[in-house]
Amino acid sequence: MNIAKSKLSGTSPGYKVVTLIILFVLAILFLFPLYWIITGSFKDAITINARTPQWFPLKPTLQNYVKLFKQPAFKWLFNTVFMAVGSMILTCLSASLAGYALAKKRFYGRGVLFTLIVCAMALPKQVIVIPLLQEMNFLHLANNLWAVILPTVGWPFGVFLMKQFSETTPTEILEAARVDGSGELRTFFSIVFPMIKPGVGALAIFTFVNSWNDYFLQLIMLTKREVWTISLGIARLQGEMSSDFGLIMAGATLAAIPIVTVFIVFQKYFTQGIAMGAVKG
Amino acid sequence: MEQNAAVNAQRKPRKEKRSQFSGMSKALVRRETISAYLFLLPSLFFFVGFVVFPMIICVVYSFLHMGLNSSATTFAGFANYIRMFQDPVFIKGFWNTVLIVVVAVPTVTAFSLWVSSAIYQMNALTRSFFRCVFYLPVVTGTVAVTVVWKWMFNPYNGLLNQIFDSVGFDWLGNEKTAIWCIIMILFTTSIGQPIVLYVAALGNVDQSLIEAAQVDGATKLQVFWKIKWPQIMPTTLYILIITTINSFQCFALIQLLTSGGPNGSTSTIMYYIFDTVYRYQDFGYANAMGVVLALIIAVFSAIQFKVTKSDNLEAAGYEYREK
Repeated sequence: MNIAKSKLSGTSPGYKVVTLIILFVLAILFLFPLYWIITGSFKDAITINARTPQWFPLKPTLQNYVKLFKQPAFKWLFNTVFMAVGSMILTCLSASLAGYALAKKRFYGRGVLFTLIVCAMALPKQVIVIPLLQEMNFLHLANNLWAVILPTVGWPFGVFLMKQFSETTPTEILEAARVDGSGELRTFFSIVFPMIKPGVGALAIFTFVNSWNDYFLQLIMLTKREVWTISLGIARLQGEMSSDFGLIMAGATLAAIPIVTVFIVFQKYFTQGIAMGAVKG
Repeated sequence: MEQNAAVNAQRKPRKEKRSQFSGMSKALVRRETISAYLFLLPSLFFFVGFVVFPMIICVVYSFLHMGLNSSATTFAGFANYIRMFQDPVFIKGFWNTVLIVVVAVPTVTAFSLWVSSAIYQMNALTRSFFRCVFYLPVVTGTVAVTVVWKWMFNPYNGLLNQIFDSVGFDWLGNEKTAIWCIIMILFTTSIGQPIVLYVAALGNVDQSLIEAAQVDGATKLQVFWKIKWPQIMPTTLYILIITTINSFQCFALIQLLTSGGPNGSTSTIMYYIFDTVYRYQDFGYANAMGVVLALIIAVFSAIQFKVTKSDNLEAAGYEYREK
């Protein structure tokens, strides 16, 4: 029976074992940079500059972190959280409203608008930074975290994703609500929103991670030390003290740990969202 | 542009557009249009204000001679565009970008397809473990990943030289190796999303077709090429396009690892745009390059769409179902 089954699917047990071993080796290679960041942050200067690698910090030290917090690292972390949470909330609110309208309403300009959204998504957003920077200067938002938040919210991927999710809400229920005299906003918040909640969750985590890691936009918009994000902080530390790898790894740990934790906790939503965004074009 | 839209919207029922308003009275259409725009208003504010408007300005600027001193701005016609073809730094950046895309896109796609095929039938825990591991470099953030690689590549206390016993070799300072180091790191930070997508797509392949083929004696390879491959084709297409866009935009890696050097060997269009803005303050030229980069990406996406869209896509009975 077993032999017949494995013949049917065309895989021998040997092949499976080999695949699994290769996968595990690859997994270790992919995890290694993160491991090296974290362990590196606990190594002292002598260990880091030694000619032979120390695979695990035998004499762990906190001196890198002490040095790191002489920089305004907490401020950078706070800025990053503020920016990511701000982008997340605004994106989820505006995109779920817009996605619902695009999916369920029939109106003039719908086709044009949707085409525009899809085209904008395919363009490299770095291209628009110069006009964007001038716009922010004009709005007196230069060196302000909002200069990063506003373009992130404007990026139409969220609307696209929420449209995909909203399409799954059954039109009959919406019509029934209308017949019962439910107002537009009430229909949205009491019927549609609960139904697309998994989608909103996916978009929230997606926006949070993307905004946290959007180095280019931060680099252009935030030049003053006190408004830096943690990514900018590490990048600058690396430029200023390129040989103090312990300190840089401490900064990288501080940047990576919160976001990696968020990702692992909400992993399910995240993968769902990515798959939905593409699969249900 | 048209194709780009079609790529993502290919499964939008076509007839919907024509009969959008069928069975609706004029008053209802008006009412629906007003309420729809009220729903869209917050989103449109951000989208038009901080994406569409800057894009238009960007195109306008590309026809101007423009620097830090805005009073010296003059009309340039196509001068900025013509200059690109005579600018050796731009041409070198163009070929480096092409090299990155041509190497990274097929390897990322093929590798992620292999990993996904291997893991999609495993039990849920193992599957999400591997999916998570391969996604981690994306989440960790380009900057954190880049600085640790910079340390590992370091000539004196870097791990790679310690392992290969080649202390003193400068991976990033060598014209032959630098760009390959960047491609390698780009690879590790790019395969996360394709794996998630492929695992979902392979899980959606019609199981009864596979079983029927197996009963008829199809080999594993035949099952893959004749049944699974056509059904995951739209996903492949999407992955090709997002990976292409990503590779074109590769910036942080280059800025932090090599700053385009040594001797321009890792400078890409994206990096040169940045350099033009910050080092040379030539905004008109930078915007013109931005427009060209956007056009190149659009053309690449269109070609991939044309090439990959096989005629038997529909014949394969391909249909996406929700999971």
